[in-house]
Amino acid sequence: MDVIARGRPVVPGNASGELLYSEEPLSFWGGYDASTGEIIDRRHELSGRGAAGCVLAVPATRGSSTTTAVLLEAVRRDVAPAALLTRGEDRFLALAAIVAEEMYGRTLPVVALSPQGFEALRRHAAVRVSADGEISASDEA
Amino acid sequence: MPNRLHLTDSDRASLSGVEGEGTRLAMSIVTRMAEVVEAPRLLHITAAHIDSSLYQGPATLEFAERLASGGARVRVPSTLNVSGVDPSGWREWAVPEDWAEPARRQMEAYEQMGCLPSWTCAPYQTEARPELGQQVAWGESSAIVFANSVLGARTERYPDLLDICCAVTGRAPAAGLHLEENRAGQILVDLSGIPEALGAEASFYPVLGHLVGRTVGDRIPVLDGLVAEPDEDDFKALGAAMASAGSVALFHWVGRTPEAADREAAFHGREPETKVRPTLAELRAARDDLGHGLVEADGLDLVVLGSPHFSLAEFATLATLVEGRRRHPSTRMLITTSRAVRQIAESAGHLSAVERFGAELTVDTCILTSPMLPEEIRRLMTNSAKYAYYTPGLLGRAIAFGSLTDCVESACAGRVLRDDGPWTS
Repeated sequence: MDVIARGRPVVPGNASGELLYSEEPLSFWGGYDASTGEIIDRRHELSGRGAAGCVLAVPATRGSSTTTAVLLEAVRRDVAPAALLTRGEDRFLALAAIVAEEMYGRTLPVVALSPQGFEALRRHAAVRVSADGEISASDEA
Repeated sequence: MPNRLHLTDSDRASLSGVEGEGTRLAMSIVTRMAEVVEAPRLLHITAAHIDSSLYQGPATLEFAERLASGGARVRVPSTLNVSGVDPSGWREWAVPEDWAEPARRQMEAYEQMGCLPSWTCAPYQTEARPELGQQVAWGESSAIVFANSVLGARTERYPDLLDICCAVTGRAPAAGLHLEENRAGQILVDLSGIPEALGAEASFYPVLGHLVGRTVGDRIPVLDGLVAEPDEDDFKALGAAMASAGSVALFHWVGRTPEAADREAAFHGREPETKVRPTLAELRAARDDLGHGLVEADGLDLVVLGSPHFSLAEFATLATLVEGRRRHPSTRMLITTSRAVRQIAESAGHLSAVERFGAELTVDTCILTSPMLPEEIRRLMTNSAKYAYYTPGLLGRAIAFGSLTDCVESACAGRVLRDDGPWTS
């Protein structure tokens, strides 16, 4: 495993999984199906992909205030991503993870990366996220 | 090292649990979010608008009931955004019983916390009009951008679950758009390439918002260079579109919005980071991009109006357009609005023509937040960029975008009709 990026662990935790990467922001409301984990924003390049259990890397959320509620419901149903990686801090994803911890005692790691750190993810198919904000990968896709 | 968050004695009391478990939970979430955004302290808010009222499944109900049963009560006047169900009219639509019941319970939990039962995404149309410079905590992306830009109130882009925590504690992280220095324009949107006639066309504003939102993301655009007199409904449509395709929480329109008396004021005396100059061709493409899976002359099951909620002025315009006419038997028309606006529109005499036309009204909610559309309704048309943006993903249905006049003509014809006149140069 090589360390490919180091970020700020906004909500610290350990996770690993297949990496779903996009440079396009995503609204979870109207963009993430909280009962299946499918990305359903039909204008988004990840449309149709299943994100449950994956490490999801999007630069930020966009649009609706309801992204947090959708992500919380996805956590409750066990179809949330395993971890979330963003370019800079995304408050909406951080909030959902904080409330999920308060309500359900589940940790959903959220790591804020620099633009370079975020960019470094793109060549990888799977990553590991650690509680100190380190992202590592063994593959080169 | 991150900044250390400074809490007052009163903040620490809320956090300790002596004011009850509901307040403790709310303050814990507010302080953890303050740490995420590295705010040095919390500030007092004087009002809130609560988007957490949207029912999104058992998790949002559990959250609301945990706060309410923990004794949480709002400390500032707090209006409620749309709910998951129109409690008096849901049986006329396809809302499943097992949705209506928990959605109604969630409404009760927020009312129990002392929130005002406004049930609208456009609270600024009636009771909630915060003043220039007033610190508030608003949820609902379209309302946030309106409060910041058109009213000059100060709110961050509050996500669901946090707005209610701010209302319960009366506190918010001192960060982002609460602070003067973060409200300067960043991107100049030069509209001098747009034909002046388009500025008088209501459907120009949602289309412009869709294009600008996609372009600027979460930065603050400053619009200038078009001789036009956008009204509050135009700004409502513009902001809602910017906050759907992008994450815009504040825009300035030079000469029209309160923090933009001139270009210098809008940019706080600085140079724009970037300039963009939309062309008519780009606007036409944005107008087409708002549609999804439905083209001109296709059959039409439903015309839907009112996202954000239909205003009194929009009812007046619609009443004139539909006077003495009748919708096509196979095309329904639905208008989503608030209880308060329905009542004043009725008193003003606008509803009789609308009802004779065959339109139906739903209050408290909308097609995006309540699973109300029956299966057979597959093809929609709207004048709202927000409805157009979210319908394909949230509802899995086809949608066409047009002006209010296009929507009325299409409802009469039973198929999608659009007048391209204003969009050709």
